[in-house]
Order: sequence, then structure tokens, then C-alpha cells
Amino acid sequence: MKGIRKSFPGVQALRGVDLDVHAGEVLALLGENGAGKSTLIKVLGGAHRADAGVLELDGEEVSFGSPQEARAAGIAVIHQEFNLVPGLTAAENIFLGQEATRAGFVARGEERRRAADLFYRLGVAIDLDVPCSQLTTAQQQLVEIARALARDTRIVVMDEPTAALTAGEVSRLFEIIRDLQSRGIAIIYISHRLDEIFALADRVVVLRDGRNVGTRLREGLERRELIEMMVGRELADEYPRRTTTPGPVRLVVSGLCRGRAVRDISFTVRSGEILAIAGLVGAGRTETLRLIFGADKRDAGEFVLDGRRLDIRSPRDAIAAGIGLLTEDRKLQGLVLGQSVRENFALPNLGPLSQFGFVDGRREREAFSRHVDHLRIKVPHQEERARNLSGGNQQKVVLAKWLERDCEVLFFDEPTRGIDVGARHEIYLLMNELAARGKAIVMVSSELPEVLGLADRILVMHEGRITGEIASGPTVTQEEIMRLAMA
Amino acid sequence: MRSLLRRLASDYGMLAVLILLGIVFSGLTLEEQPATDDAAAKRVVQSIRRQVPGDARVLVAVRPTPEEGILAESLRRGIAAAGMEVADVVRGEPQAVRAALEKIVAAGGRVDAVAATERTGSWLVLTEMKEIFPALGAPLIFVPESYRWPTFLKRDNLLNIANQIAVIAIMAIGMTMVIITGGIDLSVGSLAALSAVTAARLIRDHAGGVEASTVGMVFACIAAIGLCGLLGGLSGALITLFDIPPFIVTLAMMLVASGLAYLASAGQSIYQIPESFIWLGRGSGLLGLPHAVVLMLLLYAAAHVLMSRTILGRYLYAVGGNREAARLSGVPVRRVLLLAYVVCGLLAGLGGVIMASQLKSGSPTYGTMYELYVIAAVVVGGTALSGGEGKILGTLIGAFIIAVIQNGMNLTNIESYTQKVVLGLVILAAVLVDRVRHR
Repeated sequence: MKGIRKSFPGVQALRGVDLDVHAGEVLALLGENGAGKSTLIKVLGGAHRADAGVLELDGEEVSFGSPQEARAAGIAVIHQEFNLVPGLTAAENIFLGQEATRAGFVARGEERRRAADLFYRLGVAIDLDVPCSQLTTAQQQLVEIARALARDTRIVVMDEPTAALTAGEVSRLFEIIRDLQSRGIAIIYISHRLDEIFALADRVVVLRDGRNVGTRLREGLERRELIEMMVGRELADEYPRRTTTPGPVRLVVSGLCRGRAVRDISFTVRSGEILAIAGLVGAGRTETLRLIFGADKRDAGEFVLDGRRLDIRSPRDAIAAGIGLLTEDRKLQGLVLGQSVRENFALPNLGPLSQFGFVDGRREREAFSRHVDHLRIKVPHQEERARNLSGGNQQKVVLAKWLERDCEVLFFDEPTRGIDVGARHEIYLLMNELAARGKAIVMVSSELPEVLGLADRILVMHEGRITGEIASGPTVTQEEIMRLAMA
Repeated sequence: MRSLLRRLASDYGMLAVLILLGIVFSGLTLEEQPATDDAAAKRVVQSIRRQVPGDARVLVAVRPTPEEGILAESLRRGIAAAGMEVADVVRGEPQAVRAALEKIVAAGGRVDAVAATERTGSWLVLTEMKEIFPALGAPLIFVPESYRWPTFLKRDNLLNIANQIAVIAIMAIGMTMVIITGGIDLSVGSLAALSAVTAARLIRDHAGGVEASTVGMVFACIAAIGLCGLLGGLSGALITLFDIPPFIVTLAMMLVASGLAYLASAGQSIYQIPESFIWLGRGSGLLGLPHAVVLMLLLYAAAHVLMSRTILGRYLYAVGGNREAARLSGVPVRRVLLLAYVVCGLLAGLGGVIMASQLKSGSPTYGTMYELYVIAAVVVGGTALSGGEGKILGTLIGAFIIAVIQNGMNLTNIESYTQKVVLGLVILAAVLVDRVRHR
């Protein structure tokens, strides 16, 4: 792959990336969240078409219009979310789309035999007759691998293959990967776990902001160097300075648990403080916020706000207690896209804006236009559907919802994701302003410069646990956070 | 401003379709209509007075339609007021006219003039009266002037359309709410039958049958409607608490309610109901509007205010538009959904009671396939089955579109099988238009 470029509306995901992989090699692809890894493999796998750049396979230029074409050329991508039909058996899934047939009928016996043969080669035993939904995650992954092998694949891409596996399953997977390698299959391996990369990879490619930052052979490579390559950015002056010092403790969270995702999380937030929770995707940051907000059911955990114990069982309770949540995904969780921005704004505020159950339309419009002015939301009129706004303006509408509510505690989950630089800065200013007014703010962000630039204190999570707490200051480095995040 | 207009047009675009249908059917049913008003009757009397000297004896002959009945009555009064004598008023078929004339001849009476209508005036018994009844001489036949007017647009026909769609339109209010939340309720037809049977049976067994008092009947109806609300609530509870798709739950409820209706009535029609029970379904009052139509209009007004001005209305749209975003904004999603199904059940029950009143009986066969017509009215009215979008008044328009198509095809003598095909195509077209609009 040479000079691959790809941009989406508002984001330039890849700005000229080169990647080469040899037969029988394990190439690790590394980078922060949003560095462009996923986009790159989607281009390779035919799910996206590159805006510019060349794909060559064995010296011949190729171009994939669909995942089917990429697969036919011998490239198999195993995504984090498996592409298995849950109701079909392992054998049926393996041959899905290329069924062995006899006179137009599926030759089930032949499929079973070939599937059994594949699993034998992989050295595993998987029941061929149960639907895939009943297999364990590791088994499902093996079905995906078997599916790749069934098609004479030459390049296998694995995206975070060990994210949901136990230690035993991981070592089994490694054996299989080495076995594939010995058969001359090239493997592109994406993982956040540095240990795995050191155990497996022949070569490491690091991406950042949609560009190559370097390629290293594993021999002689150091952990520190890798982390530096991944984060490598200088802290720019894009973060407005604040002078307020945090006041008394407002929110206390203790013993918060939910399954494997969130394990015994306790922390406090002070008045006027911005607390950041850092960590990798899947570390349990968003889950923590959602549990406090009552969006998911917690196994255990208590909350105290301003000395009062809170009994939160639903988002409605949390809102009543004075907590607001800006969700990670605006479109799926933050906005009713088909409704007007005014209606979206009013949704959590209908109680105060109405009398005897009737919405006071005039007060509603006035309240919203105050926020439109204050936040400088660009909308043609209040009846504009939320769908038609840009990301930044959508985020501002969501913000207006919670500002009108005058929440005491505000959770910002990835507040600047997909938002342009200008709007970003405005949101930073607003967070500072809220903190200055004595609110308690908790922010989850995958952008380390943002975390360092805004937060007073940083909690780092890894696999559902808090692995460290860092008081923010000029001496704190991104490397420090990454070390804790990858613990 | 322009975008507001555009939004209005897209919200109520179906109104244009309704008007267009009205115009088409008006054109197709344009006919000579006899004038039946007082002024027309007066002019007939005047010309009799002018052309027949002395105290003329006049026979009035009209067909047995309500309109011509009114004409006959004005004629009778006009003739008497003009100092003439009414030989007889016949409201019926040619045979009835012949019988009346025979009676007059037998009694040795005379007829100097006949006040008829365009139609009756052309009956042989009157045009050939000279030959058939020589004893009467040759009475002149007087016919009120006629005018060209579409049968479709006649007041009686329009009221007829409104009255016939009232039940479906009322049930469609609840269905609109449910569909706006992103659900569906297939049980409304069966609930209506259950409600009709329950009300009829309560009146027969507990309120005194044909002797039942008004209070007794009211209580029976409230109980029947309440039962349907309860069953709607049960559907809603299953849907919200266990996350079962509404389609499945209400499909099951449709069978349960229908079965209960057959059990409660032993499969028979229950008709031991007082005559006064038809007040709701067939009676009319204010401005001559049928009670059922007035009730329908009131309910639509209330539902429109509910959906556009209240917190609950906002919540219904929000839940349908994006359930998760609504929940995270503090909307009590489960309570809102539950309420939608309760309201839908209650209104289905009310529809059943009105049907029982219209037909003065309760039978488990009522409301068969109504769920489909109700859903069709909602969909034709522009409400998206995916939820979050739609207007209550759109549903009223949708219901009227269906009624107008049916009525118009009846008036133009299109047989019922063809009607089904056309109705189906109209529903498809409505959904298609909706799709294209949202692209």
C-alpha cells in the first residue's frame, strides 16, 4: 500500500500511509485511538475505497470495490466484531457465500468434512452442529480464522483479536498465528497490548494522525520508544488556561462495579474541578459514567453528592439529582435526529418549561434562543432538524440541554470527537467556565493532549480498574498516562 | 418562512390528495339533482296555482329517500297554505302511486295536478295516467327545477362518509400514538369486538336488557372500554418489561381478545338492547352532525393538543425518534410506552361501543380486519412506521382518504373486489410518496 489517503466529511483519516507486508511475516500495526488503523485496514479489506494511493499485490496493482473482491484476492479481515451469522453452525458460516454445492443443493456432508479438516489443521475441536451463537468468543474467532483459511488466504488482518480472550486462549491463538506464519501467510496484527506485539511481531508500523511515524524491526526495539512514537505530539497552546482552584468535594463515587467492564471504581470530584478519565477504548471509562448516570444497571456502588446519598436507578433519577451526561455518540444517544433542535433542547427541560403538563412554547423558544446566542450555535431557525447540523453544532445543542438544566455535575464523554478545531476551542472554554462556576466536571477523552491540557487530575483506567491517578501539571507526560493505560 | 411552509406541506401533504380525490369523485358523480329545498317547493306550488284554477286537488309523489321526504313535506305544507287540497302524499315505488290513484278513483275523488320529482314524474303510472285512469282526466304534472350537482358532495353523502369512518378514525388516534413510539398494535380490531360484546352483554344481563336505563348503559360501556384499556396495558407491560416486539405481543393479544369476545357471547350476536342505545352511533344533534362524528372531532382536537402541546406528546415523539437518547434525557420511556398502549386499547374499546350502538347489537365478528384499516389510515396519514414522526391530524386525513375512496367507488358503481385492489394500491402509493419525500 502506497500513499493511501482517505477522508470522511470533516475528518482526514489517512493522509498518505505506506504499508508493506511480506509472506510469512507478522506485522504489528500500532497507534493511538483515531490514528487511522481501522480506516487503513478497511481500505485493505475493500470496505472503503481510498481517495488516493496504490494497492499492490505481488507487484500487480489491484483495486477492491467491495469486501468480496478483497477476499477473492486472498485478503481476510477479522474484525473485532465478528462477521458470523449467529444462527448458523460453524461449518455453514465458514462456507457462507461460497457453499459447496452438488446439483444446486448445498453439499452439507462435504462442507462438514472440509470444516472438520480445517479445525484439525488448526488443532482445535469445535462442535460443527451448534449455532455459532453458542460458541465462546475464542471459538468464534477460530471459526473466523478457519473461514479465512478455507479461501486460500494470503493475508490475514486481525483487529484486536485478544481483546476478549482469556490468557490460555491468547497463547493458543499465538500458536495458531505462528503456524499460519510458517505456511507463508502474511499477518497484519493490530493490538494495544505491547506485550503481545513484542511476543509476536517481526516488524512494527506506527501510525499517528493518519500518517506513518515509523517502522521498526522488533529486534532492539524498546517499549519506551514505541510509546513515544505513538503519542509523540507536543502540547500545543490550544488549551485555554484556568486559574480557579478546586474547592470542596462534591461527588463521591465508591465501589462501583459491573461485571468485567467496571471493577471497584472509587473516586471523588471537587467543586470547580475537571477530572479526566483516560485509558484505551474498552477500558471501562464510558461504562463508568453510564453507571453513575443510571443508564446501565450497576452490580454495586454508591454515590454521594454534596453530602447527600443519591439513589440513582435511571437517567431520570440522575438528572433530577443534578447530573448531566454528554454521551460519547451524539447521533445514537445524544439527539433525536428527526426532531427539531428546539425539541431536542427541551427534552430534559420540559418539566420547568411547562405548566400543568402543557409546554409553554414561548418560554421554550426564549430559553433556547438564549443558548443559541451564548453558545453561538449556527442554526437557520429553531425548527431545523438536528440531523442537518454539523457535528460541532450538534454537540452545542446537546450542551444547551444540560446548561438549561443547570446541572451540578457534568459528564463529558469524548466531548470533541469529530468536531472541528474552532468549535473544540469553544467547548473547552465552556468547560472552564462551568468549572469556574463551581460545577464538578468529569471528562472522558481518548485524546491525551486534551486530557493534559484541560484536567486538574487524571484517572487512568485499564480493563475496568483504575490503574493510577495523576495530578495534572506541566511535568506530566503522555507517556506516563500511556504506561498506566497499557499496564 | 419558506421552510416552515415546506414543513407544513410535508406534514399535511396528504390533505392535497384528499382534496384531489374529492374533486375527482365530484366530477364523476356530477348529475341532475332535484331541488328539494323550501324555495323549490314554493315555486312548484306557485306554478300549480297559476296553471290550475280553483281549489285544485294535488297528489304528491316522491321516492322514499330522506331528501325527497323533506321535499314532500314542504310541498304538503305549501299546498295547504295556498288554499289547495292535498289528495295524497305518496312516498314509494310506482306501485304505491298506482295504489293511491286507484283508491282515489274508487272513492270518486279527483286529481287536478301531480307534484312529482324529476324521477317520479317520468314513471309510466304518471305519464300514461290518461290511459290508465281515464276517470281522472289529464292532471298536469309539476316537477321542481333541477340543478347539476355532484352526488358525492351532497350533505347527506358527506355526513355518511364521516359517520362510516368515525369508528376507524377514533381507533386510529391510539394507533397513531403507538406507531409514533415505534410500535404497532394489531389487537385493536379484536378489542373492539370484545368491547362491543362486553357492553351488550352487561346491558342484557345486568342493566335490564331492553329496559335498561341510561345510567346502566353508560356504566356497561365504561366497563367495556375499561376492559380494553386493561388489555392494552397488559400488551404494553409485556412489551416494555420483557422487551418483546410489539408485533408479537399484540398479535397474541389479538387472538386472546377475539377468543374472549366469542366466549363472552357464546358466538352469538347479542341484541337485547334498548332502542335508545343507538343514540351514540346513529343519533345526530348539533348542526345535524351525527354524535359519533362529533365525538370523533372532539377526540381528534384533544389528541392534537396532547401530541403538539404537552410534555407527554413530546415524550411520545422522542421515544419513537430515538429511544436511547430519550432515556438518557430523562424520559420515563417505559411509562410513556405503557400509556400509549393503554390509550390505544381504550380507544379501540370506544370504537367497539360505537359499533355496537350503530348496529344495536354486540357480536364477536365486529372489527374483523379493522386493525389493518386503522394502520392503513395512520400510514396513509403520513406517520412513519419506524416511529418518531407523524401527525394526529394526518391520521384523520388518512382515514378520510380511505373513506372517500370507498364511498366514491360505491357511488360510481365499482364493485367491491376492485375496491380492495384500488385501496391497496392507494396505501402503497402513500407509503411510496413518504419514502421519496424522506430521501
